[in-house]
Amino acid sequence: MNPVAFLVLAALTIAAALTVVLHRNPVHSALGLVSTLFLLSVQFVGLDAEMVAVLQIIVYAGAVVVLFLFVIMLLNLQIEVRRTGGPVLVGVAGSAAVALAALIVRSVAGRPATGAVEVPAGFGSATALGERLFTAYLVPFELTSLLLLVAVIGAVVLAKKKA
Amino acid sequence: MGATPTSWYLVLSAILFAIGAAGVLVRRNLIVIFMAIELCLNAVNLTFVALARSLGSVDGQVIVFFVMTVAAAEAAVGLAIIIALVRTRETTNADEVATLRW
Amino acid sequence: MGVDAAIIAGKALFLMLAFVLQVMALGVWFERKVSAVIQDRIGANRASIFGVAAMGIVNTLVADPIKFLLKEDVTPANVDHLLHAMAPVLSLVPALLAFAVIPFGDVLQVGDRVINLQPASLNVGLLYVLAMASLSVYGVVLAGWASNNRWSLLGGIRGSAQMISYEIAMGLALIGTVVVYNTLDLQEMARAQGHLLWGWLPAWGILYQPVAFVIFMTAGVAESKRIPFDLPESESELVAGYFTEYSGAKHLMFMMSDFVEVVLVSALVTVLFFGGWQVPWLFRDGFHLPGAAFVAVPSLLVTILQLTAFGLKLIFFTWLQIVIRWTLPRFRYDQLMRLGWQGLLPLALANVVVTALVVLLLERAA
Repeated sequence: MNPVAFLVLAALTIAAALTVVLHRNPVHSALGLVSTLFLLSVQFVGLDAEMVAVLQIIVYAGAVVVLFLFVIMLLNLQIEVRRTGGPVLVGVAGSAAVALAALIVRSVAGRPATGAVEVPAGFGSATALGERLFTAYLVPFELTSLLLLVAVIGAVVLAKKKA
Repeated sequence: MGATPTSWYLVLSAILFAIGAAGVLVRRNLIVIFMAIELCLNAVNLTFVALARSLGSVDGQVIVFFVMTVAAAEAAVGLAIIIALVRTRETTNADEVATLRW
Repeated sequence: MGVDAAIIAGKALFLMLAFVLQVMALGVWFERKVSAVIQDRIGANRASIFGVAAMGIVNTLVADPIKFLLKEDVTPANVDHLLHAMAPVLSLVPALLAFAVIPFGDVLQVGDRVINLQPASLNVGLLYVLAMASLSVYGVVLAGWASNNRWSLLGGIRGSAQMISYEIAMGLALIGTVVVYNTLDLQEMARAQGHLLWGWLPAWGILYQPVAFVIFMTAGVAESKRIPFDLPESESELVAGYFTEYSGAKHLMFMMSDFVEVVLVSALVTVLFFGGWQVPWLFRDGFHLPGAAFVAVPSLLVTILQLTAFGLKLIFFTWLQIVIRWTLPRFRYDQLMRLGWQGLLPLALANVVVTALVVLLLERAA
């Protein structure tokens, strides 16, 4: 992907992520999350991962965040009075986050990695992903489908009203 | 038109992860904490996809597929727990659900 | 590089201006006039320019849009203005974006450049359409929530629950076609339907996947919240449901998104099940009629015939959805959910399994 395009997208993504974390209204945070997911999906397309990009929109932006919005509307969450927990906590957490980011950045910036490896034509297409998924990763695939079944049953049981 | 270096993607991912982690620590609303966790997971997804491209292996994208699925399952169960919690405690503030006794 | 981008933009613009917006406008006029014919009345015909009323076209396509655009934009008091303004946009834009992967012709021969008549040739084209369908839920949810009105909220919640339920049946129905054509690219699927079975029958998708056609048509009508699935809007119950508090241009955007989705469902049904732009027996060099008769046709005329065929099929399926709207009564909400989860979903799953089995056995036999 073009470096200039990447920088613009990165700036927008960081702005959207800050909206998620900092905004008072939970519905606005959810919309910030949708924007972040959409922008990340665009990044995925730039990284030759079209199938994953489209799956991100279908699964994450189109289902998970809708679920969040439903819960927010169901619980009728109001804009909260005390948004964050005290200045000491904000200071400690903020510096911890900055330290974490600095640690990760230092460990990856030393790598001489570039994005110039030639990849075959169907890289990141449904065929390539499916071929890996159903040969080398078959057992995790089946276990994940079992996990989804358990999660659906669990969610229904947990959220039921006690009759 | 040059390609962006992989380390730029990893730096963006680190920044997003740090923003998500700060959100989990700082915010008091349970649902916003949850959304910050989803942000962390997406930062990790970006790392996997960037490295998959840089190493030329589709396995990174397969792992992203699994992360997405597990994150969806976790979001469903977590939101069900929050609904059950709010129904009994009638608050979404993490400070006020700090004790086990009702 | 610049020429390629200009060609893609040109194709997208052509698809929008020549097909989508025209068929959508035609759909709006059909809605007034076909409903009038079905209900044995005349329909809208009052507005006229210098005495020319043109069978209601002046009323529906000139007077009504002007009225919508000039109306005062009334926004209720305690709404979240950002969400209230964004909801119509979030409803309309994904529906328009989904047209980026719809093929409207085979190829256009310009000099020595062969232009594939599909705005964007993604190799995950069909999934892109499903992604845009998922995104259009946000318009409904936010419109209901941001209107500060309990009837809007009710309509919004019902609407989004309905949309996410029928998305699943829609996606599963499409998997059957993916198994048959072995590709997710819509242009490849349209091209594969030019094949002739037994030398004379065009192999259109409806012959391979009739069950998937029925499921997809039903789920598509439910996705666009048309009658018989229009409980979120339910004109006689919830005033206007989730877009009650919208007036003027924003209301126009919601109505536009309704008709754009009608055209989108028509386009998908055409491409997947009825050959898309295929004219029966017309190949790139001419008509290969059964009985070994061959009529040579210049390539530009072939393209024009294919574009016309696509447009006519679009108009037919738009008309069909409008007739369905004015014929059937509305589903009750529990009936609607039961149909989606206990009717269409198992049927679509069974369709996938049977299709896969048949394809596997036919490959083994060959």
